[in-house]
Amino acid sequence: MNRVPERVRIRYAKHGRIRYTSQRDMARVIERGLRRSRLPIAHSQGFSPRPLLAFSLALPTGCESLAEYIDLRFADGGGAGFDATADPEAGIEAAQWVAGVLQDTMPEGIEVASAGVLTGAEGSLQEQVTSCDWILEVAGMGAEQLSERIESLLVADQVLVERVRKGRKTADNLRPSIVTLFHRGSGSTPGTQRIEASLSTKPRGVRPVELLEGIDPTLRLVRATRTGQYETVDGERFEPLSLQGLVRAPVNVGVQGR
Amino acid sequence: MTSVFEQLEPLLFSVEKPARYVGGELGCQMPTHGEGIVSWLLAYPDTYEIGLPNQGLQILYEIINERSDGAAERTYAPWHDLETLMREHGIPLFSVESHKPAHEFHIIAFNLSAELTYTNVLNMVDLGGIPVRTQERGANDPVIIAGGHCTYNPEPLADYLDAAVLGDGEEVVADITEAVARWLAIDEPERTRAELHRLLSAIEGVYVPSLYRPVFDGAVQVGLERIADWVPEIVEKRSVQDLGEWPYPKQQLVPLMEVVHDRLNVEVFRGCTRGCRFCQAGMITRPVRERPTEQVIDMVQRGIERTGYDEVALTSLSTADFSGIEPLVAAVVDNERNAGRVSVSLPSLRVDAFTVGTAAKIQQVKRTGLTFAPEGGTWRMRRVINKLITDDDLYAAVDAAFSQGWRRVKLYFLIGLPSERDEDVLGIAELGRRCVEIGRRYHSNVTVTASVGGFVPKPQTPFQWHAQDSGEELQRKISMLRSKAHETKGLTIRWHEPKASVAEALMSRGDRRMGAVVEDVWRQGGIFQEWGEFFDLSRFETAMERAGLLIEDVTTRQRSVDEMLPWDHLSAGLHKDFLVGEYQDALGELGVEDCRWTPCYDCGACTTLGLEHHVASAIAPAGGSQGTGQGIDLSVPVSVGLRPTS
Repeated sequence: MNRVPERVRIRYAKHGRIRYTSQRDMARVIERGLRRSRLPIAHSQGFSPRPLLAFSLALPTGCESLAEYIDLRFADGGGAGFDATADPEAGIEAAQWVAGVLQDTMPEGIEVASAGVLTGAEGSLQEQVTSCDWILEVAGMGAEQLSERIESLLVADQVLVERVRKGRKTADNLRPSIVTLFHRGSGSTPGTQRIEASLSTKPRGVRPVELLEGIDPTLRLVRATRTGQYETVDGERFEPLSLQGLVRAPVNVGVQGR
Repeated sequence: MTSVFEQLEPLLFSVEKPARYVGGELGCQMPTHGEGIVSWLLAYPDTYEIGLPNQGLQILYEIINERSDGAAERTYAPWHDLETLMREHGIPLFSVESHKPAHEFHIIAFNLSAELTYTNVLNMVDLGGIPVRTQERGANDPVIIAGGHCTYNPEPLADYLDAAVLGDGEEVVADITEAVARWLAIDEPERTRAELHRLLSAIEGVYVPSLYRPVFDGAVQVGLERIADWVPEIVEKRSVQDLGEWPYPKQQLVPLMEVVHDRLNVEVFRGCTRGCRFCQAGMITRPVRERPTEQVIDMVQRGIERTGYDEVALTSLSTADFSGIEPLVAAVVDNERNAGRVSVSLPSLRVDAFTVGTAAKIQQVKRTGLTFAPEGGTWRMRRVINKLITDDDLYAAVDAAFSQGWRRVKLYFLIGLPSERDEDVLGIAELGRRCVEIGRRYHSNVTVTASVGGFVPKPQTPFQWHAQDSGEELQRKISMLRSKAHETKGLTIRWHEPKASVAEALMSRGDRRMGAVVEDVWRQGGIFQEWGEFFDLSRFETAMERAGLLIEDVTTRQRSVDEMLPWDHLSAGLHKDFLVGEYQDALGELGVEDCRWTPCYDCGACTTLGLEHHVASAIAPAGGSQGTGQGIDLSVPVSVGLRPTS
């Protein structure tokens, strides 16, 4: 067994039929994969020890993704626990080895893209990620009408969708969470239109189907791909882990929007 | 080969749990179809998450796919939401592997494990675009067959099945594959359904209903005509003698969504001779055939490493009775490669013969709840059903469980058993009260749950003649029990819907006339009837009335042992005089010992089928008093089968 850093962040893509597996079930798939890999994953204490792994924002069932992340914590013993931050090159190499071992246990459609070493000071993915980018293919409306609907959404102060919370209907305003929204012509699936959106996770996360409901309830989601998840530091966007294995890598994004 | 996936895909955003419909499990196979290959669609008539873990289906999936002349794919009942969309968009029932339409397969083989799924069988055949009635199917329609425990009385589905298979499937699937290949090779005008049925009926263990015509007089079946002399008078079940030759499944399917029994499952033996008289499974699967301990250990260890599961269930009808249970459990729990993180569960249905100590060893981590199944509320009742556990046996087991850290105990009972009196039902509350009392010696808060099911006298058991309690009577007993149990804090009563027991009786005990009822209930929209939220007895009542049948004739009517039963021509090997004798002994409150460890009483299973018990040890397991020839008045506190709840 190679040496394993204590904290590893993995980036993977989710494509094809595995996209119908829910986030909760994905966690089970990955837990079984970790056990099959025999990597020395650490466990929580207590009555029912759980493997220590943490996901970024849940990917809605049916959506594909180019950028999913998991943070893994490895236990001492079995080669774990060497100081990867003291020797960054060895750390990246070790993290990549972990990624390769994990990839071998993953079902078709899960592609591990990169791996990096964490210091422990990064904070949790759930807290750090502030926005997600999406490509959506939608049906149920022509190009012209869709452009109009998106235009009017972008100038509105409020985009209300109805939600049932604790048995009570409430109207949620999605507008503050819609950072950018574009109609990009027709989609790759016949009869669809392509939408690109950047959605903030604050004040609340917006799922693609909710966004469509906000644009026009007659729209039907045919395909959805999350293309990125981002942290924001001083107004600049960072990737939690780049394809090169760099933790918190800057992204060059033109400032878009209205 | 066609695939409906492109039509299906756009609908999957709109349905619950779309992972049910896409396959891709670890262990999923993509067999080649084509010339010279007989294709099977193995169908489970319930949802994916209920059907996927089914061991029988997975075993046959592998065996057929290993054959050069066979290919097997799987399908499950689509949930209401998808079914509606499929019918709207003209998408037929499909396999989860290649999404090939059901009607393109040569054989559709249903697993019948529960009677209330029968309407789903019809619905799935119909959704496949195939005529549901056998006589309406032609030369190019699939062969619709069924196997599983319910086929010991398949009469309610007789008009819908080309054949029903009795017993173990491992060997018979080869015979069926070859027979269907011969039929498919016949040129069309001669390739008739009648010829198919003739070929299938020549196979041992295969029952072809269309070759038999039952004769009725009022409530009773009085005769069974065969359409020709070559039609077998009796169809005997198939049994494999040596499980060691069949180490399947080798590649257990690991699904990409949560399913029931979501763990590694390894069958340790088949058959049970404990002799519980209410238990159909124990009667129809005799004799006991154990898998060699070394093979079990190997299957467990390979399975854990291949699947990544951290739980293994050792399956059988009474795993505590497995000869090699101690070394087996030790081998799994102590294996260093499992790092103490693999747990073992014993989902056996017996309350005997296992030490709480071993259970403690198994459940080192999560010691939350244990389940015992005394089945009867009093010692008298348990003698009637031949579940020979004394009250003291149970209390000793419960004491051991609470003293070793468990805080929740669940007890399984049946009500509506033969000769049952109110005091037997109230005995359940008394047992529960004593168990709570024992628990309080160790913990301040303990819960004891008594789960109560309504007894349905099943075909091929000693109680097959017995009158079932009416739904109202079961309800009365439940109410009585609940108010008694209310006096004990910490004791909870759970019960099954008595109306469901009525419908279950119609499906499991009915004769061929019940087919019209199954079809009517289905046409009324009554699918997924084993799901409480969709079950509705009124559909069955309406259908019975329309068919001119009386529910009481099937359920609460006492049959004489001379009456012809609709399943008399189907045999699990048991002699009728054995079943009659057991029924009489039951009413005389006499128990019978387990013939694995005591002399043979000739139930017929071994002698009829030319089989024998296949057990590694001829000595009864330590610690078990019941029916082992060790006597039941042991003064030492013995125990007791344990079923960890999880």
